[in-house]
Amino acid sequence: MHALSVNNLAVTYDKQPVLENVSFAVPEGSLTGIIGPNGAGKSTLIKSILHLLPTLSGNVTVFDEPYKQQKKLIGYVPQRSEVDWDFPTDALDVVLMGRYSHIGWFKRANRKEIEWAKTCLDKVGMADYANRQISQLSGGQQQRVFLARALAQDAKVYFMDEPFSGVDAATEKAIIKLMKEWKQEGKTVLVVHHDLQTVEDYFDHVLLLNKTPIEYGETQKVFTLDNLERAYGGKIAFLQRGTAVTQEVK
Amino acid sequence: MSAFLDIFSGANVQWVLIGSLLLGFASGVIGSFVLLKKQSLISDAMAHAALPGVCIMYIIFEIKSVPLFLVGATITSLIATHSIQAIIKHSRVKSDAAIGIIISVFFGFGIVLLTYIQQNSSGNQAGLDSFIFGQAASLVRSDVELITIGAFILVIITALFFKEFKLTTFDPQFAQGIGLPVSFLNGLLLALVVGVVVIGIQMVGVVLIAALLITPPLAARYWTENLGVMAILGGIFGALSGASGAILSTVMENLPTGPMMVLSASTIFFLSLLFGSKKGIALKAVRQV
Repeated sequence: MHALSVNNLAVTYDKQPVLENVSFAVPEGSLTGIIGPNGAGKSTLIKSILHLLPTLSGNVTVFDEPYKQQKKLIGYVPQRSEVDWDFPTDALDVVLMGRYSHIGWFKRANRKEIEWAKTCLDKVGMADYANRQISQLSGGQQQRVFLARALAQDAKVYFMDEPFSGVDAATEKAIIKLMKEWKQEGKTVLVVHHDLQTVEDYFDHVLLLNKTPIEYGETQKVFTLDNLERAYGGKIAFLQRGTAVTQEVK
Repeated sequence: MSAFLDIFSGANVQWVLIGSLLLGFASGVIGSFVLLKKQSLISDAMAHAALPGVCIMYIIFEIKSVPLFLVGATITSLIATHSIQAIIKHSRVKSDAAIGIIISVFFGFGIVLLTYIQQNSSGNQAGLDSFIFGQAASLVRSDVELITIGAFILVIITALFFKEFKLTTFDPQFAQGIGLPVSFLNGLLLALVVGVVVIGIQMVGVVLIAALLITPPLAARYWTENLGVMAILGGIFGALSGASGAILSTVMENLPTGPMMVLSASTIFFLSLLFGSKKGIALKAVRQV
């Protein structure tokens, strides 16, 4: 049984194809990095799997059941830049949003839910910031609040959209620690990722994407220079230079 | 002074006071979400677009009935919002211009219908002429009862869906991801805005009701970093603006009520901008010293 299976997904934007013939099946308990050049449709793929964007065709199943029946099993960490951080609320309140589908309509979060949200903040090293205004958090801290919210969802399959972009070292560590914990607990994680340098360290599976899947499978088999060249096309020279820069920074 | 107090002892003034307090409270609470959703201009367009809807209902049925007006205002307001979205989607016109066009077209059409009513029927008696700038003095007891019940219902609905409105305003994608019916909730919020416009149309008028939705919560934002507090404070500021506007326009005869309410709300906003405990200018200046 697969944790996630995507069949023949196609997405267009303004009549231009953005994703075509996307089919792949993710084994339970795997950590998948979704890699590809800019404009390859990585974020679009996640959003269309989560039914946040209209699709032209295709279907998604989670543990062999249609996606819509399995929504409670899904956790999601959107890109940090997609919300207005000047919103009048604090970190704990954002984490509690991950519990709304459990709390149900017309009800407020009870003490148990609040305790659980605090535990989740603690797990990403943000226990001291529970009552801090979200506008006063650093970028990395905001990202960790989003992680805690996903954690609070207590999901089986997690999607993260570029969680590592623009974060500090502490946040990077927190994300990696959390992914490892999820893996140990048998949870399945899919991450849109940019930094090719770290792919082999972070992920046991890789989806190489450029409007359509170039290759999907275990990292050691898929993450080869040949395949990367197929995915990135002529941009591979630029890519190698980019890699060199990352090494310098390290 | 005693003449001033005499005015308050009049039954009609007391009614107006209650109505304006509740209307202001409802608009301040609902406006908090409109403001944070960055839909201030859209709500202004919806308010202006309510006028032709109300007039059409009056022309067809020839009675002043809030439920009928609600139906008419909802229809034309929805046509207006959909038109704005269609213009943005299918042309190179940007959203500010699209909203500007729609506001003037619908308001112009409303004025034409209003003039037609005034010339051809008992529109003056029905108080429809006060729908542009509002006239609290023209309210009778049954009008205020409708405002009271309407405002109460609007606030209750907002309180019931508070948690869901908060999430769909802050992070609509996540809300959809966990299975909340985001389009339904967005539609419900728009319906609440139409509700405020319709119950407020006679007292505030369509031209300035959007200011009563936006200004009180905007002022509240300067005092708090908590959405619940902001909504209640916005409601209180709205109630204060509503009541003082209604009193001023009643005391100083023939002043239109809507503009007086908006001036009151603007005064509160200005004071909040200067002295607000969270984002006020004075506070920032003190901190820098």
